Amino acid sequence: MSLIYPLTAGVLFAIGLYGILARTELIHRLLGANVMASAVFLYLIVVSTAPEGDPDPVPQAMVLTGIVIAVSLTAFALALLRYFHALSGQRALEDEDDG
Amino acid sequence: MAEAVHVMAWSSTLLIFLPLLAALLVYLVPGRRLGGWICIGVAASLFAPLVLLARELLAHGPLVFAFGGHDAPIGIELAADGLALAMLWLTNVIMLAVHAYTNSWIERDPDFRAVEFRTLVLLMWSGLNGLFLSADLFNLYVMLEIVTLTAVPLVVLSRGGTALRAAMRYLIFALTGSILYLLGVALVYADTGLLAISLLDANTLTGPVAATALAAMTAGLAMKAALFPVHAWLPKAHAVAPSPASALLSALVAKAGAYLVIRLWLGPFAAFDALVLVQGLGAIGVIGILYGSLQALRQPKLKGVIAYSTVAQLGYFLLLLPLATLGAWQGVIYHGLTHGLAKTALFLAAGNLIRATGSDRLEDLGGADRFIGGTLMAIALAGVALAGLPPTGGFIGKWWLIEAALDAGQWWWVIGITAGGLLAAAYVFRVLWFAMHQPDAATPTPDRNRVSLAMVWIPVLLASAAIGLGFTGDLLAPWLAIGAPGFDAGDTP
Amino acid sequence: MTALYTALPLWVVLTSLVAALVIFALGEKRSRARVIVNLIATVLKVVLVSILLVGVYLGHDFGFRVQLLPGIDFVLHADALTILLSTLSALLWLITTIYAIGYLEDSPNRCRFFGFFSLCVAATMGVAAAGNLFTFFLFYELLTLATWPLVVHRGTTESLRSGALYLAYTLGGGALLLVGIIALQVVGGTTAFVAGGSLPPGSASAGVLSGIFLLLFIGMAVKAAVVPLHSWLPKAMVAPAPVSALLHAVAVVKAGAFGIVRLVQDVFGHDLTAFLGMHHVVAITAGITILYGSIRALGADDLKQRLAWSTVSQVSYIGLGIGIGGHLALVGGLVHLVHQGLMKITLFFCAGNLAETHEIKKVSQMDGAGRRMPWTMAAFTLGALGMIGLPPLAGFITKWYLATGGIETGQYWVVGVLIASTLLNAAYFLPILARAWMREPPAGAASGEALPTLLWPALIAALFAGGAGFLAGMPWSPLYWVEFISELYLR
Repeated sequence: MSLIYPLTAGVLFAIGLYGILARTELIHRLLGANVMASAVFLYLIVVSTAPEGDPDPVPQAMVLTGIVIAVSLTAFALALLRYFHALSGQRALEDEDDG
Repeated sequence: MAEAVHVMAWSSTLLIFLPLLAALLVYLVPGRRLGGWICIGVAASLFAPLVLLARELLAHGPLVFAFGGHDAPIGIELAADGLALAMLWLTNVIMLAVHAYTNSWIERDPDFRAVEFRTLVLLMWSGLNGLFLSADLFNLYVMLEIVTLTAVPLVVLSRGGTALRAAMRYLIFALTGSILYLLGVALVYADTGLLAISLLDANTLTGPVAATALAAMTAGLAMKAALFPVHAWLPKAHAVAPSPASALLSALVAKAGAYLVIRLWLGPFAAFDALVLVQGLGAIGVIGILYGSLQALRQPKLKGVIAYSTVAQLGYFLLLLPLATLGAWQGVIYHGLTHGLAKTALFLAAGNLIRATGSDRLEDLGGADRFIGGTLMAIALAGVALAGLPPTGGFIGKWWLIEAALDAGQWWWVIGITAGGLLAAAYVFRVLWFAMHQPDAATPTPDRNRVSLAMVWIPVLLASAAIGLGFTGDLLAPWLAIGAPGFDAGDTP
Repeated sequence: MTALYTALPLWVVLTSLVAALVIFALGEKRSRARVIVNLIATVLKVVLVSILLVGVYLGHDFGFRVQLLPGIDFVLHADALTILLSTLSALLWLITTIYAIGYLEDSPNRCRFFGFFSLCVAATMGVAAAGNLFTFFLFYELLTLATWPLVVHRGTTESLRSGALYLAYTLGGGALLLVGIIALQVVGGTTAFVAGGSLPPGSASAGVLSGIFLLLFIGMAVKAAVVPLHSWLPKAMVAPAPVSALLHAVAVVKAGAFGIVRLVQDVFGHDLTAFLGMHHVVAITAGITILYGSIRALGADDLKQRLAWSTVSQVSYIGLGIGIGGHLALVGGLVHLVHQGLMKITLFFCAGNLAETHEIKKVSQMDGAGRRMPWTMAAFTLGALGMIGLPPLAGFITKWYLATGGIETGQYWVVGVLIASTLLNAAYFLPILARAWMREPPAGAASGEALPTLLWPALIAALFAGGAGFLAGMPWSPLYWVEFISELYLR
C-alpha cells in the first residue's frame, strides 16, 4: 500500500512533464503543469505520513502553500491564454523550441 | 551581539514588508504622481536598514533571525551574509534608479500603465528582498514564486502579440522551473526532515535522494535564470518588455535564479563537489557565455543585443562551482554587481533611444551622439564595464576570477573568461559602430522632447557607478568575504 | 606641500583627464572656451612635467599609491624612463593641439574629438608614470578605448572598419597581456617596476616564466606594431592627420614599445630575460619588423601609408636595442623613443599640410611640391634625412649606438640589419625628396604654404628633431638623458 502513492506521484509527474514539453496547445501545457504540481503535492502528503503517531504537519503546510501558489499562477496563465486567443485566434505558440 | 540580532530583525522585516505595504498603497492611491513618490520613498527609506545591516555584518559576521521567535527546524530563518547584503544593496539602488526613471517616463506618456507597473514592481521588490534574506528552502520557493508571478505580467505591459507570446513562453519555462524546484524541496525534506539552510550541510545532505533533489532544483533554477541551454525565453521577453521592466528582469530577476544556484551548490549541497560534476557545470557556464555573446553579435535590434548579453553574463555565475575559492567568490559577486548596474543603465538608455527615435534597430542609430549624447555615453560606459575593461567593476571581477583560476591551476577557465570579455567588447563596440556612423537620409532624427533630463542622466549615473566599482575592490572586499563558504581554513563560518 | 609635490605624477595625469571632462561638458558649441581649456591644459602639463624632470634629475622620490584590490596597488611614480616618455608626450601634445585646432577648423564633432584627444594624453601619461604592470595595464587599455573614437572620427564605413580591426588587435593583445600580468602576480607576488627586475628568483620554472614573458610580450607587441601583429597600423591612417601624427606615430606605438622596455628592464630584468633566451625573441622579431616595414613602405604610394609602414619599421629599433642588451644598444633603443617621435611627427604634420592645402595625398602627386610649399617640404626633408640616418641628425645617432651595441655584444647581424634598413629608408624617402625638389609642379597647380596653425607646428617639430641630432652632445638632450637612464641600470 505504501508504495502505490509515491509511484502514482511519479507517473503523474511524468505525464505532467510530457504535457508541458511535448504538447503544443497552451491549455494542454497548462494542464500538464497542474498535473505535475499535483504529483509533487501527492508526494509531499506521502512524506507527511507516519507509520504510527500523528502525521507530520510541515509537508501538509507546504502542500497548502503550494496549492495557493499554483492556483494563482494558473489563474494568471488562463487570463493570458484567453487574451492571447482573443488577439491572435491561435491556441498554440508557433515556435516549437523549448526545453 | 543582541543589538546585532535586533538590527537584523528590524532590517529584514522592513526590507520585506515595506515594499509589500507600499504596493497596496500604490494600488489604492489615485494620483499617478503620488504613486511615484511612494516608490521613491520606499527606496530612500530602505537605505537606512541596509547601512545598519552592513555595519553589523562587518562587526559580527553573518546574522540570523528566526521569524516569529521560532527557531529552526520548526521556524523559518532569515539570514544575511556578504553575498545577501550585496544583492540587497544592488536591488535597492537599481529600484531607486528605475523608479526615478519611470516617474519621468510616466509624466510624458499618459498611456503607460503606471499603477500596474508600480504595484507589480513593489511586490517583486518585496519578493526579491525576501529571496535574498531567506535561509529556508521552502520560504525560498515562496519568494521565487512571488518574483515570477510579478515578473511575467511586466512583460505583458507592452501590448501586442509579440509581448503576449514572449510572456507565455516565459510563463511556461517559469512554471516548469517552479515545480522542479518544489520537487527538490520535497525530496530534501523526505530525506532529512529539514528545510533550514543553517542545518543542512555536506554531512546531512548526501546520497541518491539528495542528488536527485539537487538535480531537480538546479534544472528548475536554471530555467528561471535562463542559463544555457534552457534560456530560450529570455531574449524575446526582455527585449519586448517596456525598457524599465527589462532592466529589472535582466539585472535582478534572472540573477536571483543564478544566485540560488550558487547558494545551494556551495552551501547545503556542498557534498556534491565531484570533479566531473562541477567542471561540467562550469563548462556549461562557459558555453552559455560564448553562445550568448555570439548571438548578441547577430542581433539587429539594440534590446536584443542587451538581452542576449544577459544570457551570456549569467554564465559567469556557474564558474564559481569548479573554482570554489574566496577569490572566485568575490569575483563572481563583484561581476554580478557590475552587471546589475550596467545592464540597468543599458536598458534605460535603450529606452531613451527608442522613445527619441521611435526605432530599436541598430541601423537607425547613426549619428546618435549629436542629439542624445548623454544616452550614448551611458551605453558606452556601461558596455565597457560589461566587457570587463579597466578601470571598471567588471575588470575587478574578471581579475579576481582569472587570478582564482590560475591559483587553482585550472587555467582552462581563463580561456573562457577572456573570450567572454572579448566577445562582450565586440558586441558593445558593434552598437557603438552604428552610433558613430554618419547618418544617412533614411535615419530618423531623434526628438529630444520625448526624453527628459532625468531620463538621460539616470543611466549615465548607473553606468558611472559600474565604473566606480572599479575603484572600490579593496574597500568592499571585507564585506564580500563575510559568510563566504569555508573555502580556506580559518574563514568565519 | 611635500605630499602635493610627491604626488606630482598624479597631477600630470589628472591635468589632461580633467581637461577631457571639461571639454565634454562644454559641448560642441563653445569652441572658443574649448580652445582656451585645451591650451591651458597643455601648457600646464608641460610646466608640471618640467618640474618632474628636474625633480627626477635631482634624485627626488615621487609616488602615489592606492590599494585597488587586496594585495594589489595602483601605483604612479616617476623614474627616469617615465620622464623620457612623458616629456616627449607633453611637448608633442602641445604642438599637436595647435595643429589640430587648425586642421579641424569647421569640422563637425570637435567636442568629441578634443575630449578624447585629451583622454588619450592622460592615458599616455599614465602609461609613462605607472609603477607596476597592473597600473600600466589600466592606462594601456584606457589608451585603446580613448583612441578608438578618434580613429573612427569621420564616421565613414572605411574608418569604422579600420577601427574594428584596430580594436580586434589591441583588445586581443590586451587580453593576453592581462592573463600574463595575473599569472605573474600569482607566481611572483608582484608586478612592480624595479630597475633590474622585480621578479623574485625561483618563483617558477623556466618554462612557466617563458610562457608568461611571451604572453606579456605579445600583448605589448601588438601596440608596438611588431610583425606579424602590425596590420592595424597602416589601416588606422584613415584617421585625421593629428590623430595619425600624435597617436599612431607617437603615443600608441610608443606605449607598446615602452611596455617592452619596462618588461625586459624592470620586471624580468635583463639577466633573467637573457637566461630564458627571450631576449632573442625580442631582438629577432624587432629585426624582422624593421626590414619588413621598410620593404612594404617601398610599395606604398599613399603618403600616410608610406609613413605608417616607416613607423612599423622604426619603432622596432627600440625593441632591437632592448633585445640586444648591453649599455650601448640600450642607449640606442631608448633614445630612438624620442628621436623617432620627433621625426615622425614632423613628417606626419607635413603630410597633413600637403593633403589639406593642395589635396596632395600620394607620392605620385608630389612633383614640384618643394616649389609649391617650400617651408613644409623643408621640414619634411629634415625629418626624412633624419630617418635615413644622415649624420649628424638624430636617426644617425640611434643607428650608431645600435650598431656599436650589436658589435659590443657580439651580435653582428644587427649591423647587417641596420645597413639594410638604412638603404631601404633611403630608397623610400629619397625619391620623394627628388620629386619634390627636382621636378616641376604639374601644370596649373596652385602654390601656397599651409595656414600658420598648420605650418608652425611642423616647423617647430622639425626644429626639435634637428636639435635632437645636432645638439645631442649638450646637456638635456634626449641622448644625454638616456645616458643618465642607462647609468642607473648599470649600477
